[in-house]
Amino acid sequence: MSDVSRDTMLLTTPFHSRVEAMCDLNDWGNWMGYTTPNAYFDVELEYFALRSTTGVFDLSPMNKYRVTGPDAQRYLDRLITRDVSKIGVNRVGYAIWCDDNGQVMDDGTIFRLGEQDYRICSYQRADDWLAWNKLGFDVTIENESEAVVGLAVQGPTSCTVLTLLGCHDLNQLKPFGIAHYTFEGQPLMVSRTGFTGDLGYEVWIPPESAETLWDQLFQVGHDYLIKPIGSYALELARIEAGFLQANVDFMPAEEVVRVGRTRSPFELGLSWLVDFSKPLFNGRSALLKEQANGSRYRFAMLDVEGNKPAEHSFILKGDKQVGTVTSAAWCPTAKANIAYAQIEMPYGAAGDELVAEIYYQRELHWTRLLAPCKVIDAPIFKSPKRWQTPAPPH
Amino acid sequence: MNQYDAIVIGAGHNGLTNGAYLAKAGLKVAVLERNPYIGGATVSRELHKGWWYSNCSYVSSLLRPEITRDLELPRHGLQVVSFGGGATFMRNGDHFGNYSDHDRHYREMARHSKRDANAYDRYAADTSLQTKLIRPYLMRTPPDPTSMKPRDLRDLLEFARSFMGLGEEKLLDTIKFWTASVGDYLHEYFETDVIKAHMAGSGIIGTALGVYSPGTAYVLLHHYMGDVDGNVGAWGFARGGMGAIADSLSKAFQSYGGEIICDANVDEIIVKNGKAAGVALKDGTEYKAPIVVSNLDPKRTFLDITNPADLPKDVLKKARNFKIRGSSGKLNIALDGLPVFNGLDPRNRLMAGDLHFSDSLERQERAYDDWKAGTWSKDPYLDMMIPSLTDPTMAPPGKHMMSVFVQYAPPKVEGREWTDEDKDGFEKSVIDQISNYSPNFRDLILHCETRTPREIEAEVGLTEGNIFMGELTFDQLLFNRPFPGYAQYRSPIKGMYMCSSGTHPGGGVMAAPGANAAREILADLKKSNTVPGGYADD
Amino acid sequence: MTDYDAVIIGAGHNGLICASYLAKAGKHVMVIDGRTEPGGCASSREFTPGFNVSDCAQWLSQFDQSIVKDLDLKGAGLSLGKAKATISLQPDADHLILDGDQVSGAGVDPVDQAAYRDFREMVRSFAKLMTTLYRNRPPKLVEQNWTDRFTLMKLGLKLKMLSRERLRDLMRVVMINIYDVMNEHFSHPALKSTIALDAVTGTNMGPRSPNTVYSYLHRATGEHLGQTGTTQVIGGMGALGKALATTAEKHGATLKLGTAVSAIDKTGDRVTGVTLASGETVSAKIVISNADPTTTFRDLLGYHQMEAGMAKRTEHYRSRSGTAKLHLALSALPTFTGLTEAQLSERLVITPSMDSMETALNPMKYRELSSGHIFDISIPTVEDPGLAPVGEHMLTAIVHYVPFAPDIGWEAGKPRLLNQLLEELEAYAPGIGALVKASELVVPSDFEASHGMTGGNWHHGELSIDQALMMRPFPGSTQYATAVDGLYLCGAGAHPGGSIQGLPGRNAAKEILKRGAL
Repeated sequence: MSDVSRDTMLLTTPFHSRVEAMCDLNDWGNWMGYTTPNAYFDVELEYFALRSTTGVFDLSPMNKYRVTGPDAQRYLDRLITRDVSKIGVNRVGYAIWCDDNGQVMDDGTIFRLGEQDYRICSYQRADDWLAWNKLGFDVTIENESEAVVGLAVQGPTSCTVLTLLGCHDLNQLKPFGIAHYTFEGQPLMVSRTGFTGDLGYEVWIPPESAETLWDQLFQVGHDYLIKPIGSYALELARIEAGFLQANVDFMPAEEVVRVGRTRSPFELGLSWLVDFSKPLFNGRSALLKEQANGSRYRFAMLDVEGNKPAEHSFILKGDKQVGTVTSAAWCPTAKANIAYAQIEMPYGAAGDELVAEIYYQRELHWTRLLAPCKVIDAPIFKSPKRWQTPAPPH
Repeated sequence: MNQYDAIVIGAGHNGLTNGAYLAKAGLKVAVLERNPYIGGATVSRELHKGWWYSNCSYVSSLLRPEITRDLELPRHGLQVVSFGGGATFMRNGDHFGNYSDHDRHYREMARHSKRDANAYDRYAADTSLQTKLIRPYLMRTPPDPTSMKPRDLRDLLEFARSFMGLGEEKLLDTIKFWTASVGDYLHEYFETDVIKAHMAGSGIIGTALGVYSPGTAYVLLHHYMGDVDGNVGAWGFARGGMGAIADSLSKAFQSYGGEIICDANVDEIIVKNGKAAGVALKDGTEYKAPIVVSNLDPKRTFLDITNPADLPKDVLKKARNFKIRGSSGKLNIALDGLPVFNGLDPRNRLMAGDLHFSDSLERQERAYDDWKAGTWSKDPYLDMMIPSLTDPTMAPPGKHMMSVFVQYAPPKVEGREWTDEDKDGFEKSVIDQISNYSPNFRDLILHCETRTPREIEAEVGLTEGNIFMGELTFDQLLFNRPFPGYAQYRSPIKGMYMCSSGTHPGGGVMAAPGANAAREILADLKKSNTVPGGYADD
Repeated sequence: MTDYDAVIIGAGHNGLICASYLAKAGKHVMVIDGRTEPGGCASSREFTPGFNVSDCAQWLSQFDQSIVKDLDLKGAGLSLGKAKATISLQPDADHLILDGDQVSGAGVDPVDQAAYRDFREMVRSFAKLMTTLYRNRPPKLVEQNWTDRFTLMKLGLKLKMLSRERLRDLMRVVMINIYDVMNEHFSHPALKSTIALDAVTGTNMGPRSPNTVYSYLHRATGEHLGQTGTTQVIGGMGALGKALATTAEKHGATLKLGTAVSAIDKTGDRVTGVTLASGETVSAKIVISNADPTTTFRDLLGYHQMEAGMAKRTEHYRSRSGTAKLHLALSALPTFTGLTEAQLSERLVITPSMDSMETALNPMKYRELSSGHIFDISIPTVEDPGLAPVGEHMLTAIVHYVPFAPDIGWEAGKPRLLNQLLEELEAYAPGIGALVKASELVVPSDFEASHGMTGGNWHHGELSIDQALMMRPFPGSTQYATAVDGLYLCGAGAHPGGSIQGLPGRNAAKEILKRGAL
């Protein structure tokens, strides 16, 4: 308490000594109160490691909650909008959860570790909401955020690298599957999940083994061109692959101050995650109403003409402003200029032709560009490797 | 020549603000002050050589930025510096620290409860919604809901629209917020006693209510709706003490040709043919003006310096019933060095903020029970600051000035006037409490100025020593402040106006009442408006 | 096919009234209650052989007379006593008497007497407005429809008809405390505290607590609901319960007493019936709960059967209480200093001053016993001798403020508190202790157990503004329909709230019929 300077420092993850050693650019960001690298050596090159070899991203600041007890499955079924019973043991499911008004609070992944044993991995903290949801259910919820740390190991050679690390038969693991290993006497869990849209894994381990894991991973991965990845490179990959990001593409409902700034799953293009055949889940009655009465917005992926990223652009239909861009990037693999936008209904259906009002600056000179764009119906980056089992070696 | 276009009674910050805007419109204005010094409750005084006390108000956040900028107060010497930090020291030797950095704040809360730390984001969002609703009305005259005038109807409609725009559920939650107790409100977010107690303090400061009294959630909002440089909810110190605010306002006023007359103790407002005609001082001097603006609280305005014969009966009754309750006192202490609390390193930045010792709602409520029973709290809620950690002008180098706001102190002790013995007892209960958490505190005291409601009323003229010039309960807010039917700064006497914190939007060093009153006066005079509108808060 | 159109949980007065209106409209209704006597809080009990006490509510002062008429309760045997004066007992035996608009005794001066008449007139004008809201479903403010708009228009019209000054008074006082309003109007301390008592009865608030003006006005609606003042029900409160039960059955409702509902059944996304403690199930198109919102949602439906935000709202619904009851079986009529025998049939209150009410309240907040209490006393056997053996009498009193669970525990606390209460009574009724044949102290936790009222709160949830009107019990479950399909509320936890009033039951039935839910 008395050490003034340390007291106000950001936290570091258990991988930090290794991360710091590789962070040539010394370019740091703040993620959930942790010092995390924005970039290690070159954003573009880091990105290409993800797409061509293997990129390693420190996931430790993600929030992890363990849900166990006789009602664990029923509890999660009420919490999230999709059918939890369809996630088998040692499988992972992408999920969103809503408040009673059917507005999205966060998205995350649900790891089923046993019959009534789950782990929620989320970007936002959820202690309070998970505790409220506990009322009426016989479950125990444990915040495991610090007890489990993780690395995303993503890219075409990732299966090979992890197999060399000792994850035998990993190529047999199906997408969204979980495999368990022992690493240096500690449990090592590998899930075939990720945020990049390509072949990739997430590796979870107790913090004591973090540094050894990092060291061995980079040792065995050396010949397979393993590289550390900062948050900038990951951002490029996730936009290309079509993943949403809380606080960027939508506001977590509970943190919204201004009326009308929350979004429903339908408005985020996530209706496939809403299963009305379940008789009860948070937001169900509001979402049924929305389904009947129509939504306010539509989530649209735009293929923007030209090569200027449409960051923070207004979207026009004729002269009318019908939306704004939430995420945008030039996608180096797909060689496309992609933007995510929230578009007022009824605009923004697949095929709709709109205009992005882009402002960009070159040598302090600002240019306004009206770039035609077209709503596409699927992410631009599609890697067959992501879905292949056995996983390809490279 | 004692002839003016307008006379303002009381050189507190609202009187000076009001005078400045009238003078800016070209009126010949005099501000009369009873004391030999200006500022009212916005004052810095050197009561111990080398130490400056902000001996009434002690922090700034509510001061409207529109006014600061428009009257060019920085050019006239005002510098408001933000402070961070704050802590509640606990009986078990621990503390709860209030860090201004979000991540650090999270970690400190999580040390007490991870759930509370997470719930804080929800609390902050919900409370921000409420500040957003109220802030646009600070620089405006409240509409009269019983009126059929186009202006009132238009304003009411707009008011209604902003509330309807919330949707059914949020509207009901808003009504709930406005009527709930701060204890119940916080209970909907937090489980940890010390966290609730730390936040609940803002719901009772300056208020004759307890943490479990409905209506105190709004008082909390009153302390949250200010800002420093657009940081809503942040608080700062005026460099040189709160007197710097009054000084800069007086300079602005004088730059427009205004005149300040000290040692001018007003006896009565002169009314001729039902119209204000000037004021008469206790020493017999008369000042003439067709506009008289009272910056005294509503009770003093109508019951002390207005002839009852000039007032309608209902106004006299309303003034008598106006709730202005002494509920707090203050200690200003010159310290020989920095005290150490519960072993917290004095270099810790938390020390620069507001410090407290009430670690549970129950202790705060018991402090209120004492007040209800007509005595000062034996275990008081303290809002303690050491401004000399932020502002080097307040005390000599290495020495410190401490400001201790004390809740609760009754206007009368068990029904009788305060005596010097009572004052000593009050002082002792405060010093004892601080000493319980700080072993070296007592030995550092060089000088202590103790102000019970008796002293505050006698020196500053705040009835009962009430810092807000009237309770901030719903019956005395918005179109009910100070009384229904008189919330638009006009008194029942033509030419006589009110501009004190007893009018909308109420107390705290906000200067909005003074500015809003000036706008109404100028409208009545058919002069062009000099008062700025409020900034949009979207 | 379901067993019934509607099953009503709880045969309290509101449940029975709701059942009667629905049955009268031809609906097939069953009312189920775990207690063996109908009436809920309108109930009597032989607490000691031969003494039949109104064991919960003891006064009838705001029962809606349109219900009496609609359901012909008089025909079913309901008989009320004469309107009572309120006698506020003073230590010097010069008692203060409030009778209609008249106040006398205790040296109250003509100024206060006139002020009392003015005050009553003001209260009546406000209460009249509230009645408009009370006899309708609470209007939604934003998502209005024509029904709500019509209610709001009626209300607006009535507001307009108030004088401008009255309207301003209303806007000022509606959210504040009775303490200030009393000080504004009166100078006599006992007059203030006697009126203030009506603002805090059945709550956990003291006179200084904001919102108490609202709870005072709530009680004051009685006169506009057609009641002529505080009365006792001949035969005890249980007679009202019985009359309501008879009426419900006469209209064709089925009553099932003595078996509690243990769960509200939900199939798929709607409520389909109830399960009884016996294991039996009853299916119905809708379930209407006369239980308080916490019991209904938390205990019977279960948090696992609703969306989490609703569970959170239920948890935040406040129903604390500081109200206990004292029953005494007396071998003879007691003597109260300064009162005639006839006056013993009036409503007797001991409520020394508003400040002492606050002092009495303080310990309750910290789970401690108070050293002085507020009494609201009825000796029903003076007007209705049949309630006790010949020549013997019974006293029942509402006592404030008593904690729900004192730190010392009730096993030790109850005998102590009982002795103390008798001592406090002795000061006004010397010798009463010697007449006591049997006594019973019923504390808030007992009420929770016996009558199923969460927290022992008589109003099924505190009646503060944030839990009143269109906010009762909480957003999302107003207008008698809840956020769960097929589940409705008809008890005091719904608008317009508690007291033996009957409007929640009546309004709920009308709303359900209007919606075509059946």
